[in-house]
Amino acid sequence: MTEKYNMPDERGHFGPYGGMFVAETLIPPIQELNAAYQQYLNDPEFIAELDADLKHYVGRPSPLYHAERWSRELGGAQIYLKREDLNHTGAHKINNTIGQALLAKRMGKTRIIAETGAGQHGVATATVAARLGLECVIYMGAVDVVRQSLNVYRMKLLGATVVAVESGSKTLKDALNEALRDWVTNVDNTFYIIGTVAGPHPYPAMVRDFQAIIGREAKQQCQDQAGRLPDALVACVGGGSNAIGLFYPFIDDSSVKMIGVEAAGDGIETGRHSAPLCAGRPGVLHGNRTYLMEDDDGEIIETHSISAGLDYPGVGPEHAWLKDTGRAEYVNITDTEALEGFHALTRMEGIIPALESSHAMAYTMKLAPAMKKDEIIIVCLSGRGDKDMQTMAQREGIEL
Amino acid sequence: MSRLAATFEQLSKTGRKALIPFITAGDPSPDFTLPLMHAMVEAGADVIELGVPFSDPMADGPVIQRASERALDHKMSLRRVLAIATEFRKTNQQTPVVLMGYVNPIEAMGYEDFANAAQRAEIDGVLTVDLPPEEAEECVALLKVRDIDPIFLLAPNSTDERIKKMDAAGSGYLYYVSLKGVTGAGHLNTADVETKLKQIRANTRLPVAIGFGVKDAQTAKTVAGLGDGVVVGSALISKIEANLDNLERAKIEIVELLVAMRQAM
Ligand SMILES: Cc1ncc(COP(=O)(O)O)c(C=O)c1O
Repeated sequence: MTEKYNMPDERGHFGPYGGMFVAETLIPPIQELNAAYQQYLNDPEFIAELDADLKHYVGRPSPLYHAERWSRELGGAQIYLKREDLNHTGAHKINNTIGQALLAKRMGKTRIIAETGAGQHGVATATVAARLGLECVIYMGAVDVVRQSLNVYRMKLLGATVVAVESGSKTLKDALNEALRDWVTNVDNTFYIIGTVAGPHPYPAMVRDFQAIIGREAKQQCQDQAGRLPDALVACVGGGSNAIGLFYPFIDDSSVKMIGVEAAGDGIETGRHSAPLCAGRPGVLHGNRTYLMEDDDGEIIETHSISAGLDYPGVGPEHAWLKDTGRAEYVNITDTEALEGFHALTRMEGIIPALESSHAMAYTMKLAPAMKKDEIIIVCLSGRGDKDMQTMAQREGIEL
Repeated sequence: MSRLAATFEQLSKTGRKALIPFITAGDPSPDFTLPLMHAMVEAGADVIELGVPFSDPMADGPVIQRASERALDHKMSLRRVLAIATEFRKTNQQTPVVLMGYVNPIEAMGYEDFANAAQRAEIDGVLTVDLPPEEAEECVALLKVRDIDPIFLLAPNSTDERIKKMDAAGSGYLYYVSLKGVTGAGHLNTADVETKLKQIRANTRLPVAIGFGVKDAQTAKTVAGLGDGVVVGSALISKIEANLDNLERAKIEIVELLVAMRQAM
């Protein structure tokens, strides 16, 4: 690659994707946010405060762990896990909420709202809101409120109001709709912390920039431990924030393969899945143009995944661009396969992954054996599995 | 001259303000919409905004969300909305019809196919909530060459610069969203709307219709005193929702409300 990757353009476009597809009332707050983000992105004081928080509050850098036993067992490439599960609150989500909350504070906003699917982003948001003393309202689909009840309780303990969203499919997309409705109503004092690289510009770029710490650290750590770049990166893709966070610092390193893993639910062929990049087509939802799961009339269709955090019909617009340009590859893993990944990592390495991250583990089990023993895969272990104990137990017919 | 421009010109000659009902096409079922459109014209509607249901109506409150859900339950779609508009035109050549909705169904059809289909259905205006002028260039160009007016929204926090942008991109009329919020929300502050309208008028010569917060004859009257048109939506759709077991009754109540508004304006 001769030219350095430089996306998005100033209006937030990644080729035909991204952009700013919002109702007029949201244009001024989005412009205000973009101005603040551009200003503080290069502000040494802001960066210093963010870095200090990431170190002392989140616990960064997160380890890059060589899963030797699992690598040996699979008989191929060396697998390194980027341990985002060890962050405070248990997932990568806090990298982003810390950053956005600092922006909110700089912008003088007193009220924070967020959407959440698995509840990890909701917890990470409620956490930073508690710490900064900001009012916090979390929107969560009523279906997810049930399947991630532990996280609902955590958010409440942290002082957040959790609103169960009863409209539409009652999952993540509907939570996002409701958060947008709140924002349009309370634009003056409210900061909307979007939890993934979706939404209107500047969110996809801004959330990516906050999550890119994952890839920057991993790149350095891989250099330190193995003395070279990895050959492949693997991460699960819901909205795509942990994936882009890992990928972004490697985009110009063309020898590094980047593989995003979508949720195939019951299987792509059944139609019951959450894999817009693998099986959807471009459209506009939640402020940007990207690959979507929709019917012929452009109505968004319901998604299915065992993991609430991947249960979303869209995907960050930058992934749409990386797919079309061929820089990244997108594959899919069914619920059943994800469970195999879940158990494998748990039994082989003593690490219980989140069901979202388990999709990346399951794909790694297919990929590693096909690679050479001196090759390296970095897999993003985006979160820990504590929140999924109920789902797992229920699935296996065990009463807790 | 477009049908919308002609309508507003005619109204302004007689000092009359436009009464613009919004209904969601296909709510609660596809066959209810066409007779309701005709009934609303008889009750005094000057322009009809026909909502295209969408699965994720981000800018709408609960009343219109549920209307969309009812319509989608009957497989209402952009194509079928256009078919209803085509039927309407067969017996009404005067009343402008504006499609109002979200951009994704239009994207799915393809901008050019949509523009052609809208022209065949003799649609007069297209208002796409989540397509601001920055993203609308292609769509606007395709509509304008077919004499279809792209209608843009203005909000309480729109700056002079934004209003000028809407003036340049839009035609037919501009739709002022009188409050920060979703459809069917809160009540409007007359003084605020009055101040904002002065700012808007200073930046555009297009007619300005005002919506959000119009509930009854009294609010219609107030708003008519400030803008060139009054848009009423959730208040009408509530009548449908309250009479799902008796749609004839729903139609009568909608007509009564529109007649009362028309008289008050
Ligand atoms: C642990 C974990 N991984 C991944 C995701 C998916 O989000 P993204 O694709 O933005 O990383 C979530 C979302 O809730 C999550 O909790």
